[in-house]
Amino acid sequence: MGILEVKNVGKRFGGLQALSDVNLSVKENTVHAIIGPNGAGKSTLLNCLVGKLIPDTGSVMFDGQSVLGRAPYEINQMGISRVFQTPEIFGDLTVMENMMIPCFAKRDGAFMLNAMPMVTNQKEVLERAEHMLEEMNMAEKRHMQSASLSRGDKRRLEIGMCLSQEPRLLLLDEPTAGMARADTNNTIDLLKEIAAERDITIAIIEHDMHVVFSLANRITVLAQGTPLVEDDPENIRGNPKVREAYLGETA
Amino acid sequence: MFGLDKRDTGVLIIVTLLALFAPIILNPFPTDSAMAQFNAGYPDLMQKFVIFGIFAIGFNILFGLTGYLSFGHAAFLGIGSYSCVWMFKLLGYNVIPGIVLSILISGLFALLIGFVSLRRSGIYFSILTLAFAQMCFALAYSVLSNPRFNLTNGETGLQVYANDPQWFHRDGLPDLPHLFGLSMRATQKIQVGAWEFQLNAGYYMCAIVMLICFYLAIRIFRSPFGMMLRAVKSNQQRMNYTGLNSRPYTLAAFVISGMYAGLAGGLLSAVDPLAGAERMQWTASGEVVLMTILGGAGTLIGPVLGAGFIKYFENIFSKINDNVLHSWFAFLPDGLEDFMVFIIHPFIGKGWHLTLGILFMLVVIYLPGGLVEGGQRVLGWFRKRSAKPDAKAGKTEPAE
Repeated sequence: MGILEVKNVGKRFGGLQALSDVNLSVKENTVHAIIGPNGAGKSTLLNCLVGKLIPDTGSVMFDGQSVLGRAPYEINQMGISRVFQTPEIFGDLTVMENMMIPCFAKRDGAFMLNAMPMVTNQKEVLERAEHMLEEMNMAEKRHMQSASLSRGDKRRLEIGMCLSQEPRLLLLDEPTAGMARADTNNTIDLLKEIAAERDITIAIIEHDMHVVFSLANRITVLAQGTPLVEDDPENIRGNPKVREAYLGETA
Repeated sequence: MFGLDKRDTGVLIIVTLLALFAPIILNPFPTDSAMAQFNAGYPDLMQKFVIFGIFAIGFNILFGLTGYLSFGHAAFLGIGSYSCVWMFKLLGYNVIPGIVLSILISGLFALLIGFVSLRRSGIYFSILTLAFAQMCFALAYSVLSNPRFNLTNGETGLQVYANDPQWFHRDGLPDLPHLFGLSMRATQKIQVGAWEFQLNAGYYMCAIVMLICFYLAIRIFRSPFGMMLRAVKSNQQRMNYTGLNSRPYTLAAFVISGMYAGLAGGLLSAVDPLAGAERMQWTASGEVVLMTILGGAGTLIGPVLGAGFIKYFENIFSKINDNVLHSWFAFLPDGLEDFMVFIIHPFIGKGWHLTLGILFMLVVIYLPGGLVEGGQRVLGWFRKRSAKPDAKAGKTEPAE
């Protein structure tokens, strides 16, 4: 039994069958990559996992509980964090405030009216945010407005915000899309470090084969809304079906 | 001090001093001088300054922090006014029960209206709140004032009549709103040379309430709750995917700002025990939006400045008429005098809206951060000017 079990999931948009009969099992403490050509249904699948879309058929179980029909914030509170394709951070707020918000969410839950708190009340959250910033090597940028960070730093901050909630499953949607090579390599190193040091499962959607093969323990190939193969990276590399679907080569 | 950092304490102290000495600061011209008509230090106007300051501070908690633009906040102002007058009618002229009830009732209405309106955001939210406010206006103006069930007294406005119960009214108490016997109209006039300063009980009560409201607003702005509200404005998507439910946060902000508006309405009745439906009309809702944007949305002191600015224009500019203009330009030759009056005429008296509109446009275009940004720019300019000579001296030294 994996931590995330997707069974027979199907999703239709009008005449387009975006997903059909998707089965996927993500084992705990692995890095599981989902790859596939454009329009294969990768993002639709991800949106079904986090509550943005509700699949027409099938079930999605996280740690033995169904996530279907729950709001995104409830799914997040269950232990699934999501990193977006373009970094989604609180651009008007400072880096420190960005980091404090998930720390408050972790401590206080989905809603807490603490409009008149004492300083001591916040100490533990402040320390936690400070610690996380240091871990992400962003401590000296704490007073910067986060919208003015570089793309790579925004990504770092977003990943840090997700990690500060100590999620059990981290979903990454093309984390290196549109990044320069150096930023991409930094992100790969960061993710490797996270996967090695933390008790966390990572599911990653990615186009860049360099990123996929340097991170993943397990790869699922999606094509036309349905899984083609699921295997170890070494076997995927040589699989003729994958080459055909993904690279458009005829075997 | 009071759990605030140094800068916020400074702002609070400045506002406190301004509020305390307003009767003096706003009366810079001697009573008999020609400029006396620009004096704003009389009780009626000063009360409006602080009451609409409260209204705008509350509105800013919703609009400045969450970015949800409500076009129906005047409804809560009106509801507060009616609640307060009803307490006068039933219990007596002490203002405390009236003010407390106006906060509670408007909070209740805000909860109801907010619950429905906050299902949508952006322009749809604005239109929903506007629709609710106009409904409240229509209810107050006609529906709820029929002979069988007269809650609002329609066009005339709700007021206290001699045959009202007033259960707790005793003979020794003033026949006007009072605070445990201290009449809201009690005014101490102080004569200093050619100047006359009026210290009014109603004004000082409103000013103290305003200071409390201002302090609470600072606390809300600086609290984790305030941070969450700014997060709503900044990126709702990230907020939802960070395990936070934005709906109760926005609803809480809506209710708090509704209660501020209700309190302002209650105070309006407390200083003048008459509540009319026109207080709920959409123009009144628009006015508080103008105040907040003009002063600087999302800043602490901006809404108070904006409220003061607009109320000053409303009361002072609208009083200037052609006769006054003629007296100003009397030194010019006749033809030129008439010409000047002709040019300025549309901008004064009933035309004060035109002046205000032009000023508003100028501020929005050139100072998007409102009057607060203007103040910061002026300060920055002065600092630069005083810093420049030092920089030059520093540069020339090594050369010598």
